Amino acid sequence: MATYRFAVNVTPKPGILDPQGRAVEGSLGHLGIEGVSDVRVGRRVELTVEAASEDGALAVVDRLASELLSNPLIEGYTVDVLSAASSMLSAARS
Amino acid sequence: MTVRVGVVIFPGSNRDIDAVNAIEIAGAEPVRLWHEQASLESVAAVIVPGGFAYGDYLRAGVIARFSPIMRSVAAFAADGGLVFGICNGFQVLAEAGLVPGALLRNRGLRFVCRQIAIAPERLDSPFTHLVGERRPLRMPVAHGEGCYFADPETLDALEREGQVLFRYVHDDATPAAPGDPGNPNGSLRAIAGVSNRTGNVAGLMPHPETASEAILGSDDGLLIIRSLVESAAARAAGVRATDRQLVVAAR
Repeated sequence: MATYRFAVNVTPKPGILDPQGRAVEGSLGHLGIEGVSDVRVGRRVELTVEAASEDGALAVVDRLASELLSNPLIEGYTVDVLSAASSMLSAARS
Repeated sequence: MTVRVGVVIFPGSNRDIDAVNAIEIAGAEPVRLWHEQASLESVAAVIVPGGFAYGDYLRAGVIARFSPIMRSVAAFAADGGLVFGICNGFQVLAEAGLVPGALLRNRGLRFVCRQIAIAPERLDSPFTHLVGERRPLRMPVAHGEGCYFADPETLDALEREGQVLFRYVHDDATPAAPGDPGNPNGSLRAIAGVSNRTGNVAGLMPHPETASEAILGSDDGLLIIRSLVESAAARAAGVRATDRQLVVAAR
């Protein structure tokens, strides 16, 4: 068995009203920032999976992303494969 | 025999006491159902009350959905049992797929806690048949994620199948569109409550259980709780009659 580290990025589906994204976008003027649009606010979940292969680990992540971490009616998700080094890096940053 | 109505309690539920109180006022016996138990203790109906189940972590209602009691509630619902989710309870039922749609962050991004007005779309449901002519019904909302959402095809289907149970309304009982002051959260088509296709499971964002005594500012909500209790009693009696027939048949 090996361990694999992933990040699941959950964002509101296109067309779903995202008032948080809108509020962020609305605040950009106060910073003097122009030319930024389509701000969508979601959430990122990092996790470690123990499995025989990366494909096996991905299958587990896919299931928990679709059944728990996202609501398919309103949200989509993408999965990033993180290398051990990058997850250690993010741990060192925090 | 007094009809027994269950009230599910999750860590973070906070309107369970109001639900218990309203059930008692409506003449039924409340039965508290802890989230870790699987038994529904032979109740004739289940209320999933308001609050912040499991802290509303991840998404409102999603963690609660996977609790042992909710698996039993889902089986009870599939068997035709009456299930009523209020506020956070509505969010739990929506996450569990027991009622259609989803509850998004309020359009104004703020937690809204105030008295609002709703009107029933139909009076032939187990949750509304005793509402009568009173319009609008006044009761409080208290939520941060109450903006009802479903895609346009689903919304059309809900209207067609009579699954829209309640809408937010103006004082003259006309629907309050998203953006109108009468619509507290931006709900599409002013939808405040929906039912499943078979009509035995319903969710409602406002709090009828909290508006169950005149001293609380309104007793309009009691009409809904009474409807549920009476429907539960009728169903329990029906089930008992069926049991008797089976016993007679077995002889």
